[in-house]
Amino acid sequence: MNITLNGEIKQLNDGTNLNQLIEQLNIEGKRIAVEINKEIIPKSEHTTYEIKDGDHIEIVHAIGGG
Amino acid sequence: MNNDPLIIAGKTYQSRLLTGSGKYSDLEETRAATEASGAEIVTVAIRRTNIGQNPDEPNLLDVLPVDKYTLLPNTAGCYTAEDAVRTCRLARELLDGHDLVKLEVLGDEKTLFPDVTATLEAAKTLVKDGFKIMVYTNDDPIIAKRLEDIGCVAVMPLAAPIGSGLGIRNPYNILTIVENASVPVLVDAGVGTASDAAIAMELGCDGILMNTAIAAAQNPVLMASAMKKAVQAGREAFLAGRMPRKRYASASSPIDGTFF
Repeated sequence: MNITLNGEIKQLNDGTNLNQLIEQLNIEGKRIAVEINKEIIPKSEHTTYEIKDGDHIEIVHAIGGG
Repeated sequence: MNNDPLIIAGKTYQSRLLTGSGKYSDLEETRAATEASGAEIVTVAIRRTNIGQNPDEPNLLDVLPVDKYTLLPNTAGCYTAEDAVRTCRLARELLDGHDLVKLEVLGDEKTLFPDVTATLEAAKTLVKDGFKIMVYTNDDPIIAKRLEDIGCVAVMPLAAPIGSGLGIRNPYNILTIVENASVPVLVDAGVGTASDAAIAMELGCDGILMNTAIAAAQNPVLMASAMKKAVQAGREAFLAGRMPRKRYASASSPIDGTFF
């Protein structure tokens, strides 16, 4: 399936859950937040959220800003 | 001065200087300048994680640990109420439920002036959603009061455009905002050097939020230290109450007892 991750199209195996995606990206344990289709997916639901074809996923972190 | 804390949303802070964490040359400079400023509240921006980057790359939160600083996520770069609300919700998730945010909804790229109507709209949504909002706004006393009425926990008028360093361009409006307010008023944006910070505090502002004035100084760490002192000095001068201005001189030494 195809998803849009931080603005870029990415191919993903069917049945991947959000936590697995985060592990594939090597950002597990980092201070991040995830929004899918403009809805927040809380950390507690990362292992149960099964990613669907066409999902728009945003993964954000904190950077310097004023 | 230990008995003069800044209280925002029920939490007490000793420092009236809030700093941004942008525009520094590296994270070590961010850490050192923030330390030198004495700031307890530090703004951060929320942006996409760089996918595929070195996972061991140093992180902003390594130099601004959440147990040492109150992080204030901002909505910088948002030009719509919807984007600002999304950003705040992501920030709350990122910071484990921390609900103090800096709301700014910008109107155009040239001035970075706030879009006031969109700011009011976003503020209403965020208050309903349980956020504690420190809101960037223009130096309009009427809008400042509206934002307070909506439930913002602090009102933060600009003194001049963001990053301009032009100083306090409209002190009378800032003064009116301060006089009308029953929540803290912090000057956010426009301060260029230490005297600007002192002037804002002498007007009775409860605090100042600045970034570029420190980060873009030739020596940011030294400027951070200067700003800390200027904010303290301005605050003390405000509390002390300045002498009245007089047009003509008034001798400081007595006339009585002169022998000439």
